[in-house]
Amino acid sequence: SGLGMFSTIICGFLSPLVVKRLPEHVQVDDPAVVKRLAKKLERQQIPLRSDYGYKVSLFSHLHQYSRKAPLTQLLSIPSTVIHPSIVRLGLQYSQGIVAGSNARSVALLHAFKQVIRDYTTPPNEELSRDLVNKLKPYISFLNQCRPLSASMGNAIKYIKKEISNIPSQCKEEEAKTKLLKCIDRYIEEKIVLAAKAISKYAIEKISDGDVILVYGCSSLVNHILCEAFEKSRKFRVIVVDSRPRLEGREALRRLVQRGISCTYVLISALSYILPEVSKVFLGAHALLANGYVMSRVGTSQIALVARTFNVPVLVCCETYKFCERVQTDSFVSNELDDPDDLMVTRKGKTQLENWQDVSSLGLLNLVYDVTPPDFVDLVITDLGMIPCTSVPVVLRVKNLDQ
Amino acid sequence: MPGADKEADLTERIEAFLADLKRGGCGTGPIRGSGETARETTALLRKVTAQARWSSAGDLMEIIRKEGRRMTAAQPSETTVGNMVLRVLKIIREEYARSRGSSEETDQQESLHKLLTSGGLSEENFRQHFVHLKANVIEAINELLTELEGTTDNIAMQALEHIHSNEVIMTVGRSRTVEAFLKDAARKRKFHVIVAECAPFCQGHEMATNLSKASIETTVIADAAIFAVMSRVNKVIIGTQTVLANGGLRAVNGTHTVALAARHHSTPLIVCAPMFKLSPQVLYGQFLRPHGLVFALTCTILSKVNVHCPVFDYVPPELITLFISNIGGNAPSYIYRLMSELYHPEDHDL
Repeated sequence: SGLGMFSTIICGFLSPLVVKRLPEHVQVDDPAVVKRLAKKLERQQIPLRSDYGYKVSLFSHLHQYSRKAPLTQLLSIPSTVIHPSIVRLGLQYSQGIVAGSNARSVALLHAFKQVIRDYTTPPNEELSRDLVNKLKPYISFLNQCRPLSASMGNAIKYIKKEISNIPSQCKEEEAKTKLLKCIDRYIEEKIVLAAKAISKYAIEKISDGDVILVYGCSSLVNHILCEAFEKSRKFRVIVVDSRPRLEGREALRRLVQRGISCTYVLISALSYILPEVSKVFLGAHALLANGYVMSRVGTSQIALVARTFNVPVLVCCETYKFCERVQTDSFVSNELDDPDDLMVTRKGKTQLENWQDVSSLGLLNLVYDVTPPDFVDLVITDLGMIPCTSVPVVLRVKNLDQ
Repeated sequence: MPGADKEADLTERIEAFLADLKRGGCGTGPIRGSGETARETTALLRKVTAQARWSSAGDLMEIIRKEGRRMTAAQPSETTVGNMVLRVLKIIREEYARSRGSSEETDQQESLHKLLTSGGLSEENFRQHFVHLKANVIEAINELLTELEGTTDNIAMQALEHIHSNEVIMTVGRSRTVEAFLKDAARKRKFHVIVAECAPFCQGHEMATNLSKASIETTVIADAAIFAVMSRVNKVIIGTQTVLANGGLRAVNGTHTVALAARHHSTPLIVCAPMFKLSPQVLYGQFLRPHGLVFALTCTILSKVNVHCPVFDYVPPELITLFISNIGGNAPSYIYRLMSELYHPEDHDL
């Protein structure tokens, strides 16, 4: 109707103020929300994953799962509801086989490509609507295996949009090829080419004789360092690692294989090693609209101590990881990993072996934390080098583009 | 001959103590806590005073200094040994002065005027022989031992003055002093403790199990989550290996990060350290002496990689809010004064 059109035009001029409903996975302490989710999953015929272990009271609003109880154990194999490549992907996520923001997104997109290839439109249905409905239970399933990352969320939004934009008169084969091409283009543009562009900018910032500190295993930062090494920059790398994931060892392996000279420390040795460091390169899981950087837990600590020693901190992040959420601390929206990972055996004794039996003992295994923008000196994206506070500008530009 | 037996026994005890100290340096820290080390050192020095052959205070001080140098050389990182030697030397000086009847109470550092006018007055050679000096010194050392035995309890007694209910307290690694402190407060108040595990040795795990056994709500976090969780923490209470003369700390690895995070969130940082940890050494920032331990990386590229695993961190005094010791609470700026009461400036370099 005329009035409806009028209001949409008004909204188009003002910035789109969409207050999204809170996602379920940060409302675990609300029984109404949990019930609603259980009903939805039942409708989609997906098993509900149950929480494990004593949860620290500060995080009672988040899920805590055990790696020993993957969701696939509750499914019948072969599953009639969920495509096998999605089942495999879910298992890979929950066991940590596929980890890291870019890796998870790429794996997701490849799995969706397989789903699209195997898809046939049922009679009396339109591909653009039915395929989107088919994808919904898959996404719920993957969410149950491991909460979706910001990059995955953006990728899914893109695919859904592309599918809904398929004109109804398009033949099925044509539509499927078009969608597969779209996905390939997305991966090529947003991840591969973006990495190349970011490397180009970042290499300008690396000078000969630099001592570069990196944390954990960021595929983008590793790529930058390898490229810089190929371009004959002389530098050495300090890899900082932390328990319990110890991802730094993977980064160490990749860098040493290329021949880059590396040093390895744990995060508690940060104050000892920082006086030698000239730059810090960090990867990001997502960049939030208020300029905060969401990344692996420990990143904010590194930025804090680097700021104290006056070492520049550079964050490398592709634009597809920018998200419209805002967050000021690491509590409201985070992920809790398996608490059993914190157990360790030293001198033949595992102190925390029976932590479940002790009622007042809790183990906390956080996955992400947020770094305030005043700790970060520069963000290197495929659109250029920007300060942390320019993230909402980039988001607006991207929205207008689309 | 009884005399020779006693001497052999004494030498044996000293050798055993040195061996223990040397062994304590490889990896996970000393075999016994620093409180025990301090008591053992003082007991040994008492034995030396009782059994060694000396005629004047100067001789005794030479003997103690010699033994002290051997003990500190066995394990340089265990500063409590050196501290106790200095305390005993100060005791000897005081007893000597008391026997002489001179008022050594006037601190040489008290007034710059005195320092300039007296010139080379402190040319005391401690050569006079006093009959009761031995007994007096041994009695004073006994008093010191009693003081050492009560340090943890004295610190724990102050717990209720500093911890209120429903607090969230963060601590790092394992400290027997902090454990006693928190357990004492837990008798009357309910609060929550977050323990940072302190990789790679993860002493924090033991601390957490001990605290949770005393029905204190405890959470174990990884070192990487310290800053993430700090915004919810009301107080940070830590122990330390050594308190330096400028009010700084030499504490377990990772403490500097905790101190910086606490300062960023304006959270008070409280250090529970008994007086025997106070050392006349001073370190300024850059000069850290790591004990190079190679953390066992089980991967094939170990030969191509440098691995660093420092044991201690330096924390500057600006980051510390309060010291709680067996003689009460003090600001870090006051530590240098306490030092002058415990040790004599001429003994600072053993």
